[in-house]
Amino acid sequence: MSKQKLAIIGNGMAPGRMLEHLFEAAPDAYDVTIFNAEPRVNYDRIMLSPVLSGEKSYEQIIIHGDGWYIDHGVMLYKGHKVVKIDREARTVTSEHGETVAYDKLVIATGSNPIIIPVPGHSLPGVLSYRDLDDVRAMMLAAQSRNKAVVIGGGLLGLEAAAGLNARDMDVTVVHLMPTLMERQLDPAAGYLLQRAIEERGIKVLCNANTKAILGDTRVEGVELADGTVIPASLVVMAVGIRPNAELAKVAGLEVKRGIVVDGGMRTSDPDIYALGECAEVDGQVYGLVAPLYEMARVAAAHLAGETAAKFVHADTPTKLKVTGIDLYSLGDFAEGDDREEIVLRDASAGVYKRLVLKDNRIVGTVLYGETADGAWFNDLKKKQTDISAMRDTLIFGQAYQGGSPLDPMAAVAALPDDAEICGCNGVCKGKITGTIKAKGLTSLDDVRAHTKASSSCGTCTGLVEQLMKLTLGDAYNPSAVKPMCGCTDLSHDDVRRLIKAKGLKSIPQLLQELEWKTSCGCAKCRPALNYYMICDWPDDYADDYQSRFINERVHANIQKDGTYSVVPRMWGGQTSAKELRAIADIVDKYKIPTVKVTGGQRIDMLGVAKEDLPGVWADLSAAGMVSGHAYAKGLRTVKTCVGSDWCRFGTQDSTGLGVKLEKFMWGSWTPAKVKLAVSGCPRNCAEATCKDIGVVCIESGYDIHYAGAAGLEIKGTELLGHVATEEEAIEVIGALTQLYREQGRYLERIHKWAKRVGFDTIRQQIMEDGERRRTLYDRFVFSQKFAQIDPWAERAQGKDAHEFKPVADLTLREAAE
Amino acid sequence: MSALESPWIEVCPIDSIPLRGCRVVRTRHMQIALFRTASDEVFALENRCPHKNGPLSEGIVHDRKVTCPLHNWVISLESGEATGADKGCTRSFPVRLDKGRVYLEASVATAP
Repeated sequence: MSKQKLAIIGNGMAPGRMLEHLFEAAPDAYDVTIFNAEPRVNYDRIMLSPVLSGEKSYEQIIIHGDGWYIDHGVMLYKGHKVVKIDREARTVTSEHGETVAYDKLVIATGSNPIIIPVPGHSLPGVLSYRDLDDVRAMMLAAQSRNKAVVIGGGLLGLEAAAGLNARDMDVTVVHLMPTLMERQLDPAAGYLLQRAIEERGIKVLCNANTKAILGDTRVEGVELADGTVIPASLVVMAVGIRPNAELAKVAGLEVKRGIVVDGGMRTSDPDIYALGECAEVDGQVYGLVAPLYEMARVAAAHLAGETAAKFVHADTPTKLKVTGIDLYSLGDFAEGDDREEIVLRDASAGVYKRLVLKDNRIVGTVLYGETADGAWFNDLKKKQTDISAMRDTLIFGQAYQGGSPLDPMAAVAALPDDAEICGCNGVCKGKITGTIKAKGLTSLDDVRAHTKASSSCGTCTGLVEQLMKLTLGDAYNPSAVKPMCGCTDLSHDDVRRLIKAKGLKSIPQLLQELEWKTSCGCAKCRPALNYYMICDWPDDYADDYQSRFINERVHANIQKDGTYSVVPRMWGGQTSAKELRAIADIVDKYKIPTVKVTGGQRIDMLGVAKEDLPGVWADLSAAGMVSGHAYAKGLRTVKTCVGSDWCRFGTQDSTGLGVKLEKFMWGSWTPAKVKLAVSGCPRNCAEATCKDIGVVCIESGYDIHYAGAAGLEIKGTELLGHVATEEEAIEVIGALTQLYREQGRYLERIHKWAKRVGFDTIRQQIMEDGERRRTLYDRFVFSQKFAQIDPWAERAQGKDAHEFKPVADLTLREAAE
Repeated sequence: MSALESPWIEVCPIDSIPLRGCRVVRTRHMQIALFRTASDEVFALENRCPHKNGPLSEGIVHDRKVTCPLHNWVISLESGEATGADKGCTRSFPVRLDKGRVYLEASVATAP
């Protein structure tokens, strides 16, 4: 039977989860095409708050990387918004004109943020909080360290406020209602929450009605109905969401608040399903992840032909993802004549617990400050357990039932197997402990991968770890260091320490001495070991080329078709007629198909055959050019502006300093690539404040920055310090680089290293401890003596010739009879 | 058919392949990658990763495996099969080692 065609509009968490279920149940049933209006893969939207606050990076929240789509044969159109569903022809069409036919269609268009239509709501600087683009825009705005107003004191608004506050913005939350999160919290807990938020330096204004957003060309402030004006350069609207059902409506499907579906997620057209925040089932629309994942499970079952699956409403607990604030809310907690309540307050500890009971059964729970018993209360509520027998001690939690207080492990042990541990993914205790045993799992990451528990918002991580401890006993050691790779139990830091301590100077010796589990390592550990020994023994270690990634082995960048790209060094980004003429001749001579200017101010020749590399290098050498190391975990480029030589604003000779730095540092190997820039004035045309190391010249000297990033992550630099002269700048930068070379883990960029070891420690060692700086600098200078040999000139003269030609050519041989 | 023609052809001395390394043999219709492991075994695979045709000859060789330089698939040198969670297989060819010389079957020179 030929495969049916399944088209999906939207690539959020719900359709992603649906496909996981579908590929498990019926891997070969469908050819799948996904249209994603966002130009990226499926990522965990719940984790946007930790990305905003800087606790996580975008890569850490990806659910399905590009490889997943390839492995499952899914065609993913990134950045394609669907503009039309043709139900007659059974096709969907994207805004870029891509038309795809379907047998079954799934609509998962999610929701749109509600924008209050006050004057000024469309000014630049007014953002919503829905996707990664919003987060990136906020991170960029936060670099101004200016004032922000968040409109809306609900879950999203408070997470946004906490994230912006963590990025040093001055934040005010403006909330229409009398207390925060009034839909999930009663006023008492709302008050405690407000106090905790205010303690972090965030201002909270309740009963505050926004009248207008002020500003001419961009946001300048917010005006409230009572006339108060709050100055702000950033306004985040987080007042709620509305199902995005427009496309379905135009296509003639039944739409009320959302796209109307039955219990099997089917719309009014039997071949079209809808799920996620855009769907309305039994008159309800949903925004929390647990019910959306339940919809995904049901839709996948129907698509796999199992039509008995049905979506059932269940209350979902709410948790706030702000570090240091514990909050849990579940069910219905309104007061009523037929209801009773049990309340525990401990003002000094900041604890508030409230259980709402009806007929001796729990109907609602609010926990603030201490939420460990949330899962237990949820279980009692779900099972409608009669609590009369334990009523006196119920509020103290599970540990206090039956006499003496139990330890937390015993409390977890006492939970029944069907108690829900992970609310986001609907995973119960029995599934977790059963999978740990069946698959022999020993790490939290493994448990996350196999059960999905604790893989979304992460608030149940503690519980999952307790379950692991319970199941594995002493075999589970949560503080165990992460080994370098599967070949050893030692961490990167252990290995570096032992290389020094034991004087290990070759890879075979190291593998033997440190009892490697494999005969000769793997592609993860060998390049790391090679780097560590080059760094530690610059004059005494023989570089092992077979342990280097191909790019560093042949000194060029491998491309997808097996050809290479060649980037000659142009000191500080300056070139000359002679160099350009030589490059032009080489491009003609070797018929190089593409020539491109790089982001680091260099010229890149792409599509060079491997056999031609030595010839290309010989011609470049003849014109005086050397390797640009564009392939290296080492110094890449020093980008500069023209500085005081030409620019009317230039304060110092930024080009000159850039050239000096590049001539000083080229050829050095580092844990990951290192890019520099020097700007001649604070206008910063060389973009020095997003580089690994950046210099910004000012009248009085040089501000030295470091730990920036502008790739997968965007991060402004930290200021390391100020120096008066070029010589001091070079010494500081050399010492900083050496410290990073000695402490960085292989593939760890400067900003990650700095965050791990601490900015203050680094500043102290480089800027305040002159002797330490000097010895680091001296070690860098010593190591450069052995590193500054142009690899291209060597190879043009015949070194490693075997790398560049075949060992035998059998093309002319006649067929053997 | 010539009964005297040997079914094996000598390709190169083993020392011309770096230890834990690889060299390429060109044939009429493809490239064959000759791998030499740390313990001096030699294996021959078609020089195309089953994933995206990456040149396996440029990968890092470890144990009896090679890691493709393009997307880090790990391919078994013995079978040509992808290992771990990845699925796919590249062609493998018999190799003979005799007195430090490497031989391939003569038929590979014209194999499609």
